[in-house]
Amino acid sequence: MSVVFEKTKLLTDKTFHYCPGCNHGIIHRLVAESIDELIKEGVIEEGKVIGVAPVGCSVFAYDYFNCDMYEAAHGRAPAVATGAKRVVGNDALVFTYQGDGDLASIGTAEIVHAAHRGEKICTIFVNNAIYGMTGGQMAPTTLVGQKTTTSPYGRDEAWCGAPIRVSEMLATIPGSYYIERCAVNNNANINKTKRAIKKAFTYQMQGKGFCLIEVLSTCPTNWGLSPVEAMKWLEENMIPYYPLGVKKDKEAE
Amino acid sequence: MAKTLMKGSEAIAEAAIRAGARYFFGYPITPQTEIPEYMSARMPEVGGCFLQAESEVAAINMIYGAAGTGARAITSSSSPGISLKQEGISYCAGARLPAVILNVMRGGPGLGNIQASQGDYFQAVKGGGNGDYHLLTYAPSSVQEAIDIMMYAYDKAEQYRIPVLFIADGIIAQMMEPVEMPDFVDFKIDPEKKPWACTGWKPGDDPEKRGVINSIYISTEELAAHNDVLQAMYKEVVANEQQWEYYNCENAEFIITAFGTVARIAKSAINELKEQGINVGLVRPITVWPFPYDAVSKAVNAESVKAVLDVELNEGQMLQDVKLAVNGTKPVDFYGHCGSQMPTTDEIVTKIISMKEGK
Ligand SMILES: Cc1ncc(C[n+]2csc(CCOP(=O)(O)OP(=O)(O)O)c2C)c(N)n1
Ligand code: SF4
Ligand SMILES: [Mg+2]
Repeated sequence: MSVVFEKTKLLTDKTFHYCPGCNHGIIHRLVAESIDELIKEGVIEEGKVIGVAPVGCSVFAYDYFNCDMYEAAHGRAPAVATGAKRVVGNDALVFTYQGDGDLASIGTAEIVHAAHRGEKICTIFVNNAIYGMTGGQMAPTTLVGQKTTTSPYGRDEAWCGAPIRVSEMLATIPGSYYIERCAVNNNANINKTKRAIKKAFTYQMQGKGFCLIEVLSTCPTNWGLSPVEAMKWLEENMIPYYPLGVKKDKEAE
Repeated sequence: MAKTLMKGSEAIAEAAIRAGARYFFGYPITPQTEIPEYMSARMPEVGGCFLQAESEVAAINMIYGAAGTGARAITSSSSPGISLKQEGISYCAGARLPAVILNVMRGGPGLGNIQASQGDYFQAVKGGGNGDYHLLTYAPSSVQEAIDIMMYAYDKAEQYRIPVLFIADGIIAQMMEPVEMPDFVDFKIDPEKKPWACTGWKPGDDPEKRGVINSIYISTEELAAHNDVLQAMYKEVVANEQQWEYYNCENAEFIITAFGTVARIAKSAINELKEQGINVGLVRPITVWPFPYDAVSKAVNAESVKAVLDVELNEGQMLQDVKLAVNGTKPVDFYGHCGSQMPTTDEIVTKIISMKEGK
């Protein structure tokens, strides 16, 4: 009898605390499976993986990823990852996992300069257009017109600007190596997301440069939608504003 | 060993390297920019890493990252930059990361000026960042003393798992003094000694040894237990690590309390007063956290002592701890200026004479 499917070793047995229908869980799985497979493929050495969790709903990611982990201050994960990576060098994979409030608001300086330095780390950027953990406030990524607890009349572009497209912005920075935006709204896109994560991790292990995979994600709880409705809302509203695809790949250029 | 003439900032940087620091993260700010400049040239020579961060906020978080792997990391800044580091310092304290932070203090508040100051005493020992934490805080009064302390600072930081802070006024960083530079210590990251660090772990290894560098304990019980561990450690530091210097305290009529450069000026004043027949002693805290309360109290409560004069290069910050130590047994007076106006020998002499005359 041959084993056709196993639970990934890179996740602990701890039950996720995420809400039903939240995409954080799927994205965790993809990150963990990618690392597992790259270990089997000999790209990453077993036991040489360091993750950095953010402040946001994934603050407890250190309880889920079964490797050396940090929990960073809000927005500072890229700086923490930089400090660790400068010590461990090409021997180990170092990744950050960050939400959109964490990365695109309070942590803009840290992410921009990690990219600017061409820091050899990977960032998994989970964009759900809202501050999930604190109960659904407006993020820099919140869509125009989108209602949140701090934009109760809908985001007003004249008052607080239009949402930031982080991937496109970081792609303009000379130091970034590979940037792709993905979604996990269907099987095809889930597979694409995993391929992107594996590519980013592989580039890092080859010593190439800064890589970021943005993953559009749902927050049914704070969007006030059912999991199914939330996925539909993501497809109809987020994907048109945040187009999927490779924003930069120096290898392919 | 031969003495060499070195600028304070460079001597302190070199001492850190000799003590095993191989990761420096910092951001330029006067009057400590010579430290990152020195590090940028020196680190590549010793196989270390110098990185100019985008801000002090990022620099201290890089320290969090590097120290979390078990490496010896260091950052330096001056007052406004140290303010920016407070978030990361609190996280380092919470995650129990050993690291060394240098504050070459300048005048404040706000942008203040770029002259020497002791205006960050409160920030250093009464908090700074959020939560119940302390830093093992040294206030050297000479370049040599800063070097000597640096040589064991990482050992202390690692023994207790506490961040170490140096507070030095700008004078110590800027002046040249003849110093003896100790030999290099042999430091390597040892996963056995730092089972808490991110040194490589795989599923199946001892779960206790997985590196989880963290300061969040979301349940009330867990956070209380974590704080109990911290408080027990702080108690040990208080019991074992207080350092101070007594100078001329025997039969002293007055006791001066001062730290850093100001204590050196106080010594000159004490020598001058001696010639005038007035016997004055000095208690100089070398650790300002833990503060040597008993040492101050012992000196002050000698029968010969009439009153205490606290002298600082600020508006009276350590004064609060001195008053706690004296606890009302003797009058405590203060002499000081805010940042950049160093109290002079003459001023201290005059002040003591006026105290003696009961003015
Ligand atoms: C310095 C600081 N400011 C604010 C907070 C409060 N806070 C916690 S999580 C969060 C927002 C997280 O949103 P996001 O990064 O989008 O993650 P999500 O929960 O949506 O996954 C905020 C503002 C904090 N913990 N620290
Ligand atoms: S609040 Fe939103 S982002 Fe957070 S776990 Fe729930 S659904 Fe996910
Ligand atoms: Mg979010």
